[in-house]
Order: sequence, then structure tokens, then C-alpha cells
Amino acid sequence: MDKYAIEGTPKTPSISFDLNGGVLEIKGRSIPENSIEFYKPLVDALDKYTTAAKPATTVNVQLEYFNTSSSKCILDVFKKLEGIHKGGSAVTINWHYEEDDEDMLEAGEDYQAIINVPFKMVMVNE
Amino acid sequence: MVDVFDIYDKMERNNILLSFKGEITSDLLTSILQIMENKMDNMQEEPKMKKKVYNVLVECLQNLYHHLDDSTDSAKMEKVKSAIFMIGKLETKYSIFTGNYILNENIHGLKSRLDEVNSLNKEELKEYYKKVLNNGEMSLKGGGGLGMIDIARKTGEKLEYNFLEIDNKVSFFTLNIKVSQQQ
Repeated sequence: MDKYAIEGTPKTPSISFDLNGGVLEIKGRSIPENSIEFYKPLVDALDKYTTAAKPATTVNVQLEYFNTSSSKCILDVFKKLEGIHKGGSAVTINWHYEEDDEDMLEAGEDYQAIINVPFKMVMVNE
Repeated sequence: MVDVFDIYDKMERNNILLSFKGEITSDLLTSILQIMENKMDNMQEEPKMKKKVYNVLVECLQNLYHHLDDSTDSAKMEKVKSAIFMIGKLETKYSIFTGNYILNENIHGLKSRLDEVNSLNKEELKEYYKKVLNNGEMSLKGGGGLGMIDIARKTGEKLEYNFLEIDNKVSFFTLNIKVSQQQ
């Protein structure tokens, strides 16, 4: 497996994880009722990647909405990335937020405060 | 006979945009969100407000969805599974009302959580959110008690609630969330 990809739905984001290139992208809405079930395959893919991580890993998160059920799962994903970062792959998390969306910016800053990985806040024009 | 006009009139006066009474399913939740998103687009609601209302709606509806199956009282099963949801807009302020049955034994826990959230200011809510987010606990459905904190944080308003005792087993829990422009 060198690529893990799933299409987005009205309640779940699109995920593309290129294990060879070391690029993970999460985009769209994350408001499923059962987010643990949704995020488990990604967490598993990150576990696999841990043993063969590239020298640099880039993570692009561009969420329009996410519910509190997803917020813990996203934290789990970031904790895996923290482990990968400690393991020697230089991880950068690019947290995208729309210009007027202070709540999304704040959410990114919350993660930044908890997770020991370089974060970049990227403003997106609507 | 049911006084339909009375119900209509009350809804009209509260400027209710959408209401539902019954069992909250996953599909229904998706539909309500879609309808409200379209309505806010048609009303040309400003994007910032639209996002806030949408976010709060998701949390309110998913609260109803997750907590309806908490009770296993078979005699009241049908009734207990039922909930009410309403959203209205007066001037620039949205009001979201939810109501659902709760076992009396669960009131104390919920009430103290709501009171705790209501006692915190903006900065304290932010810290509390991060603490709960990072405490490693996770309910089976993934929520882990963040919903109410998130609603209070995003709206900047106190959570108004009430418990109406129905009998010695169940009460009816109502929640009123306000979302206003200045936030």
C-alpha cells in the first residue's frame, strides 16, 4: 500500500495519503455521528507509515466544518504525527482556515498548543 | 381536535424556520442540516454567521441523536426515543431549541456539567475545552463531553436549560441555544 485515499461525502472529508511522497491531505467536512469508525483506517495507515516514514512529512488540513466527535479523532491523528516527528521525519501541519472563520483558526491553535509538531496557519480567501 | 392554528400561531410568533418532532435518525439529521444550509443561503446570511449556526446545529442534533438511545426503559421506549427540535430567527438572533426525555437518575450529572460550562468565561472555556479534548477519554460515539463546551465557546452565550419532571422515572430536558451576530 503506497496510497490511501477516500472520497469526501457531505458528512466526511476526503483523505489522501501518499505514503511514498509523505503527504497527507484532509479536506472538506468532518461531521459523522461515528467518527472513531471513520478515522480508524487513517490511524492504521499512519501506524504503517511510522515504520517507513519519509525524511519529511507534510500534512494539509483544510476543513470547512468539524464536529466535537471528530475533534478527538483529529487529535489522535495528530498524536500519531507527533510520534512520527519524534521518530525523525520532519512533520509540518498546515492548518487552513477561511478568512472570516475565527473559530477554525482558534481550533487550529488549540491543536498547536497540545501537539509538539510545527504548525502553520494558512489563511484561505473565499 | 388538535388546535393546529394554535401550534402554527406559536411557531409564527417565534419565527420558527424549521421544526421537527419524532425520532432523530442519521438520515434525518443530514436532511435538517441540508435544509438549514439552503435556507441560510436563500436568506443571504453572512458566511460567518452561517458557519456558527451550522456548527452549533450539528452539535445540538448529534446530542439528541446520541442521547436518545441512552435509556432502555422498554415501556416508554417509543416515547422516550422521541425528541423535538426547533430553530427560529428573531431579528439577527437565531434560537435553537431542543427537547428530549432523560432518566431522572441522569439529571444530576448533566445539570452539573451544564452549570460548570455556564460558570466559565471565554478564556476558561478555551482551557477547559483543551483539557477535555486531551484527557484521552472517549465515549463510544466519540463525543467525550465536548459538545456543550464547544456550543458555549462558539456562541459566547450561556446555555439555558430546564428539566420538567414527567414521573418518577423520566423528565423532559429542554435546551435553548442562542446564536447572535456580534460574536
